[in-house]
Amino acid sequence: MSTQHSKKANEFVKDIVKVDRHDVTFWSVRVKRDAMAHEVPEWEDLREAASQIKKHTVTHLADYLEEFASNAERNGVHVLWAKDANEYNAIVLDILRNHDVRKVVKSKSMLTEECGLNDSLTANGIEVVETDLGERILQLLGVPPSHIVMPAIHITREQVLECFRKNHIIEKNGAQAAACMGGDLETLIGKADPTFLTRCARYHLRDNFMTADCGMTGANFGIASTGEVVVCTNEGNADMSTSIPPLHIVSMGIEKLIPDYKSMAVFQRLLARNGTGQPTTVYTSHFRKPRPGSEMYIVLVDNGRSDILGNEEHWQTLKCMRCGACMNTCPVYRRSGGYSYSYFIPGPIGINLGMLRDSDRHYGNCSACSLCCSCDNVCPVKVDLSTQIYKWRQQLDGLHHADPMKKSLSNGMKIMFDHPSFYTSALKMAPVANSLPSWLTKTAMRDWCYGHEMPVFARKSFHQLWKEGMNDDDLKSSEKKN
Amino acid sequence: MKVGLFIPCYVDALYPEVGVSTYKLLRSLGVDVYYPEKQTCCGQPMGNAGFQDKAMKLVESFDELFKGYDYVVSPSASCTSYVRFFHPQIAGHECEAAGKTVDIVEFLHDILQVKSLPAKFPHKVSLHNSCHGVRELGLSSPSERNIPKFNKIRDLLEMVEGITVVEPERPDECCGFGGMFSVEEPGVSTKMGMDKVMRHISTGAEYITGPDSSCLMHMQGISAKNNLPIRFIHVAQILSAGL
Repeated sequence: MSTQHSKKANEFVKDIVKVDRHDVTFWSVRVKRDAMAHEVPEWEDLREAASQIKKHTVTHLADYLEEFASNAERNGVHVLWAKDANEYNAIVLDILRNHDVRKVVKSKSMLTEECGLNDSLTANGIEVVETDLGERILQLLGVPPSHIVMPAIHITREQVLECFRKNHIIEKNGAQAAACMGGDLETLIGKADPTFLTRCARYHLRDNFMTADCGMTGANFGIASTGEVVVCTNEGNADMSTSIPPLHIVSMGIEKLIPDYKSMAVFQRLLARNGTGQPTTVYTSHFRKPRPGSEMYIVLVDNGRSDILGNEEHWQTLKCMRCGACMNTCPVYRRSGGYSYSYFIPGPIGINLGMLRDSDRHYGNCSACSLCCSCDNVCPVKVDLSTQIYKWRQQLDGLHHADPMKKSLSNGMKIMFDHPSFYTSALKMAPVANSLPSWLTKTAMRDWCYGHEMPVFARKSFHQLWKEGMNDDDLKSSEKKN
Repeated sequence: MKVGLFIPCYVDALYPEVGVSTYKLLRSLGVDVYYPEKQTCCGQPMGNAGFQDKAMKLVESFDELFKGYDYVVSPSASCTSYVRFFHPQIAGHECEAAGKTVDIVEFLHDILQVKSLPAKFPHKVSLHNSCHGVRELGLSSPSERNIPKFNKIRDLLEMVEGITVVEPERPDECCGFGGMFSVEEPGVSTKMGMDKVMRHISTGAEYITGPDSSCLMHMQGISAKNNLPIRFIHVAQILSAGL
């Protein structure tokens, strides 16, 4: 009995140092998040308000989209619509070609990851430079993100140094970085000093900001009443990306809409506190119209979102604002890492979004949940994540992806539990299992015995004790085995 | 007051002493306890595996067996929660019994509103706040939420003479049992269980106690395999100690 996720996770947990570091790192974010949440007395009311606003907006999405688009156009922004990933990639490529763009600087966008934009642009001869530090490291390493907010947190500074070396970033910028810090270059390299590495990255990215022809951003929120988008970053890279090149393209999933500034105030208070445990992101930038002498495009992307909205059991996932808190709190994510999940968004929300994207490819993630419900309680928009995962498990059989062993076990349980007489006979027989040779039980119960000793069946079940009138001797004998 | 005692299948077979303690505890508080002998399981193992439809018949017979009582009391938080919150959804209609099914801690704390108990247990115990107890039944305030802190299990345990109650670091993080999860994801499940047991041991407690034998069973299996120096006891056994 194993799944795509469990196979990878079983490998991941073998490296105790790595798994503990991963667990402690993300737990520390959860602790910071709790401290922030407990500082805001109206926290639970804010969550309820955010949930209601999202519910209202997605259930009136067509109206808000029209309002947003017409306001954006009035501001001088070009608004384009993409029904799926292919159409989106084609639209972006078209804009870039029309503007003779050779190099794009990008701030972090999970939507572009979802649509495979970078590969599509690169294949068409356009250079793409990620400017979020974590994303840039991953791009140079050629690996996908393992978390949606802290994409490269699983990479050590030694790995970053090695990667920067290979890409000549140290060679070009190391001396300047060391001089600026008043330190010795070789010593800083020897320590894989984080400040030094960040300075090198900073100079490397500045060169790219200066030479890019287009800046691309995602959008954390789109405000319908004004037609503007809000981008939240900690590094200011979205602002650098959009301040220098003469072209700004915003990629926005249609579920990112909220009605107005009043609702923005609710989300502004929740997003960073809940996601990273900060009172706010370092930069919260509102982009309403193109800079003088430049152009601005907003591409609104559906890519399956309308289908989710029409899905009675799973539409709530559209409320998600991608804060990442469900990953940080998830005990399974913390101990299995982002790459154990087949979808690029891991953790509780990723299990659900992966199933909505392509259940044939991603059903193997449904096992990655102990149904502890912690995610439900951190979610700032109250998506019922664990209930959704439970529902997917019920749907697996109909999708022809049920585990045959689990199915036959459930059939067996049905027969036993539907017939009290079978059940009581089984109870009487159960203690026999205690005296079976351990090789036999360990083979039959292989998955349980991976980490556990077998439990010991009581000599007399409660059923039997009750039937016998529960005299004092029986009570004592039932306690003996402990 | 007529109470129907629900002893879930695995408690029945593996931990009858927990059922006995619950029975003795209820009797000592003057409650009329009945045990419908045709009871089997709450259905959670099937639901958890993705086959809740196979629990349909069981859900209906549970309701038939238990609907005549004032309350249905069970010494297992997770099974209680499954009956209360999942049975109506599986049946597709309201279930009379599900609405009055409570865990032993809820029953003592909220319904009987017990203010003192004659039990003695001169030991240091580490309290295991099990997930469904915390986040579905509300036996304690979930650490994620910004609501006033409370813990009904602790309130009851502190009535016991001689006891010292402590809680581990990360007081309500999952132990990794999760039913079918423990066999389908053995690597992560075992790691979660090991982490949890070690945090309990770090408190210096002699026992790990909780309202849910399934979490205790999981942690006990891991402890035994690794010869860890800690013992396990259900809350009902402590509250009835000396009866």
